[in-house]
Amino acid sequence: MVERKVAVIGVGITRFGEVWEKGLRQLLAEAELQALADARINPEKVDMIFTGNMCGGEFAGQEHLGGMASSILNLNVASTRVEGACASGSLAFRQGLMAIESGRADMVLVNGVEKMTDVSTEHVTTGLMGAGDEEWEGFQGFTFPGLYALMAKAYMNKFGLSRKQLAAVAVKNHFHGARNPIAQYRKEITLDDVYKSMMVAEPLTLLDCSPITDGAASVVLCNAETAKQYCEAPVYVAGSGQASDTLALAERSELHHVKATRLAKTQAFAQAKITVKDLDLVEVHDCFTIAEIMAMEDLGLCGNGKAGRLVEQGQTYFDGKTPVNTSGGLKACGHPVGATGVKQVVEVVQQLQGKAGKRQVKGAEIGVTHNVGGSGATVVVNVFKRGLP
Amino acid sequence: MFEESAVIRWRKYTDRYRLIGNACKACGETYYPAKEQCPCGGKEFAAQQFSGKGRLLTFTEVKAAPEVFESKTPYVIGIVKLDEGPKVGAQICDANAGDLKIGQRVEAVFRKFYASGETGVLHYGTKFRPVF
Ligand SMILES: [Zn+2]
Repeated sequence: MVERKVAVIGVGITRFGEVWEKGLRQLLAEAELQALADARINPEKVDMIFTGNMCGGEFAGQEHLGGMASSILNLNVASTRVEGACASGSLAFRQGLMAIESGRADMVLVNGVEKMTDVSTEHVTTGLMGAGDEEWEGFQGFTFPGLYALMAKAYMNKFGLSRKQLAAVAVKNHFHGARNPIAQYRKEITLDDVYKSMMVAEPLTLLDCSPITDGAASVVLCNAETAKQYCEAPVYVAGSGQASDTLALAERSELHHVKATRLAKTQAFAQAKITVKDLDLVEVHDCFTIAEIMAMEDLGLCGNGKAGRLVEQGQTYFDGKTPVNTSGGLKACGHPVGATGVKQVVEVVQQLQGKAGKRQVKGAEIGVTHNVGGSGATVVVNVFKRGLP
Repeated sequence: MFEESAVIRWRKYTDRYRLIGNACKACGETYYPAKEQCPCGGKEFAAQQFSGKGRLLTFTEVKAAPEVFESKTPYVIGIVKLDEGPKVGAQICDANAGDLKIGQRVEAVFRKFYASGETGVLHYGTKFRPVF
């Protein structure tokens, strides 16, 4: 079967943060309409809709977001909600991608949305724990900061990693967030701020953790052959990979890296016919600072145990050798769980179109998104190119 | 995690409370919790009792907890490699995080987990404590 190529021709994104004035539906509507306007199409052009969301029922009393996404646009087309914990947005994106590749659809709207601040922090902690293994992690009193702290301790025990190197991830991501108009935290922080913030799960302090965030993001995908009809500078999907690992962290053979990232990356890079040297920027899943360190190594940006030094040397800033998380990442841009994977696509598309303003990576041509569900049971890696692949 | 009914707890007697997993009849590999399909292709298993003795692979102290564990913070969680092979996540009790070391010996103990909000029903399970 010859697969068709796919292009991104429109993006939409809401402000990320504590968006008290908007509920789940209003967030979703804002992102959808923005993306359609950016693609300069009417809703009637859309053949299918996929919406990534993790906790609509738990946090907003609303499941069935497929129905919500289509009814906002007064459409009767196939509309489906996709769930894979914090990777829900990327899974929705891949469903859209495959629908066009296979010839089932020509124009797909992909959304990611999460409304998190209408419930208490403890309730959010409980809800998010649904991304882990209910019996062998949830019942035991594990939390997500706890799971990533366990990985951090295993990583430190294996390779060594200084407090400063870990904190430098947060400082860099806040620097980028300060230059992203939709980011939750548009404020720079210092290493000292990270050291002094409240301990959540040793070695991770509050400023090592991504926040609780409301937000939505949407992208319009179409058959690459027709992309230029709608968009002067379409961004093409050059490769995509998805892999899985055990639901519970304890069952994995190694705790200091995420195997599913390595598997998904290998698929995506092979399909895109690129190596790590070709990358101009990457948006990685930094739900915690340690996650960015592991992602850098799992994506092959550096050798095992070397990411901390790269970050400390400032090489992962937008104007550095290897820009990582120019959006501010989950850390500073915010982490509305179901929306994050789509937000990453929005950021990479804006960078490749030269629309990233004060955080623009000069001459960016190839970008990667990396989205993790749970502690690594689901991972999606996508490769985007400015020119036709 | 959510409020568990009595039926849920009844269903979990074997694995949660008695440390019984299984072993593949084809290759002998042991599993805790029990597995349905072995990577070797085996589908037949025999029940396997675990000793509850093992080594601490990694641990941390949780300071911000889900609703039902909120009153228990801070508490220590960790991943234990059982002597028979499998790894399992659990709370580490009877010790402060500062007294623990990666690689140290631990053993399973039957402990109270939490009391249900409305009914006050006590929930029990397996934790691990250090063996110094
Ligand atoms: Zn076997």
